[in-house]
Amino acid sequence: MHTATIFIELGGIVLALGVLGALALRAGISPIPLYLLAGLAFGKGGILPLATSEDFVAVGAELGVVLLLLTLGLEYNADELVASLRGNARGGLVDLVLNAAPGAVVALLLGWGPVAAVAMAGVTYATSSGITAKVLSDLGWIGNRETPVVLSLLVFEDLTMAMYLPILTAILAGVSLAGGAVTVAIALGAVSVVLVAALRFGRFIEAFVASPNSEVLLLKVVGLALAVAGVAQQLQVSAAVGAFLVGIALSGELAHEARALLMPLRDLFAAVFFVFFGLQTDPGSILPMAGIAAVLAVVSMVTKLATGAYAARRAGVARAGQARAGIALIPRGEFNIVIAGLAVAAGAHPDLGPLAAGYVLILAAFGPLAARLVQPLITLVARRA
Amino acid sequence: MEIEQTALPGIGLKHEFTTQSGRRIAVVSHRTGRRDVVVYDRHDPDRACETVKLNDEEADALAELLGAPRIVQRLNDLHREVEGLVSVQLPIGEGSPYAGRPMGQARARTRTGASIVAVVRAGQVHASPSPDFGLAAGDVVVVVGSPESTAAVADILVRG
Repeated sequence: MHTATIFIELGGIVLALGVLGALALRAGISPIPLYLLAGLAFGKGGILPLATSEDFVAVGAELGVVLLLLTLGLEYNADELVASLRGNARGGLVDLVLNAAPGAVVALLLGWGPVAAVAMAGVTYATSSGITAKVLSDLGWIGNRETPVVLSLLVFEDLTMAMYLPILTAILAGVSLAGGAVTVAIALGAVSVVLVAALRFGRFIEAFVASPNSEVLLLKVVGLALAVAGVAQQLQVSAAVGAFLVGIALSGELAHEARALLMPLRDLFAAVFFVFFGLQTDPGSILPMAGIAAVLAVVSMVTKLATGAYAARRAGVARAGQARAGIALIPRGEFNIVIAGLAVAAGAHPDLGPLAAGYVLILAAFGPLAARLVQPLITLVARRA
Repeated sequence: MEIEQTALPGIGLKHEFTTQSGRRIAVVSHRTGRRDVVVYDRHDPDRACETVKLNDEEADALAELLGAPRIVQRLNDLHREVEGLVSVQLPIGEGSPYAGRPMGQARARTRTGASIVAVVRAGQVHASPSPDFGLAAGDVVVVVGSPESTAAVADILVRG
């Protein structure tokens, strides 16, 4: 009887997501904001609160985070990461400083304390590489001269995330200052060890995982990612980073194949993750935060535009391209919610979840739209000049 | 001509160059095998104003179309460079005894010493055809060898 209810509820949720996804596709926007809205509607205080399947959805959401970061790691190989770090450190640092600051400042102004400030810094910092990649591809910007700059910034951000997430997890664990320092040190040590191992011994891991049979490959990759994620969690490094590092360790043909196999699985559980975040957030609590979220979103747009312009100009790209680079960097999405999710789960500040939800809702929806709307304008201006 | 190569992290590679008439074009090689042919805007040279997405098969076909005349031209260049070596293009006529038969049955190399290096069919070059490659009327056979041996191949293809 119980299983039946869970199935009906889950089926309803997933089906609703499918319909919403189709709508988003037609409107040419990212489905992420719609998934969040669905979560808000199904959650406590929503129109149609669900109760029985919440445990399952919670585990599904965790899986979603692991799969999101695993597939992200699979996109890059270690050489690209190193090359990107070397060539774009300056642009990457400008990105970090300009875009982490608004979140941190707002959290401090609201009096949420330093822990929430670190979390909010992450929420405003990271561009959604998923949405941005889609914008670049949809608008035919992949061949553009500013695109390598944008992609390098995304790689830089993802690497920064690998360092940031364990630090955040340690801080959120709320240990004393000395204890916190030790936890952070352990976390960073673990990340470095795995990163070096991935760089130097990646091929052994690949040899272990490789299989001509897609079923075996899928099981091995998911199994390895989950196991490493679990161990990482135990070490306070956060499961997400563990999965990311497994993805980095795998490269070449194997990584493509694994990515192709994982995509549908990731799409399913990532959608569940967005719903879960929405479920946990009371829609009523977003409204008081809406004003702040909107201001923060506008500030973030300006800082990302500045970041893109700076990095593109360094690469010798003209005005129009600089503007496009900035616009491409605006979307926020999965990782900002991952970070907010971690903070909420650790009980950072009750208003952090709603603020992050509102903020991501605006930028995930508006980023791709802005790019689409502004494209003809930029072209016109470039033609005049 | 200078071809500029740029890495696109997470996507693949981009090769671009400027044509003599001043247009910039590029090929984006996706890791998935997809190829984009990109033409840049005259007024905003950083922007791709046209992107044509090609799958593996289409990209191969385009490459072959672009490459076909080049192979023949390169062969001609080659015979100009090497004294005593010529390449000739011999059409297979309707009346040729080898129209509709595998190329190997002509035993061209054994009998003359000249080599059939390519067969051009409907604008497509089939380089280094194997002996079981079936010839057809309308094909053009590219033969490399001495002037005498290539003439002998021409004779075989007409009279058997």
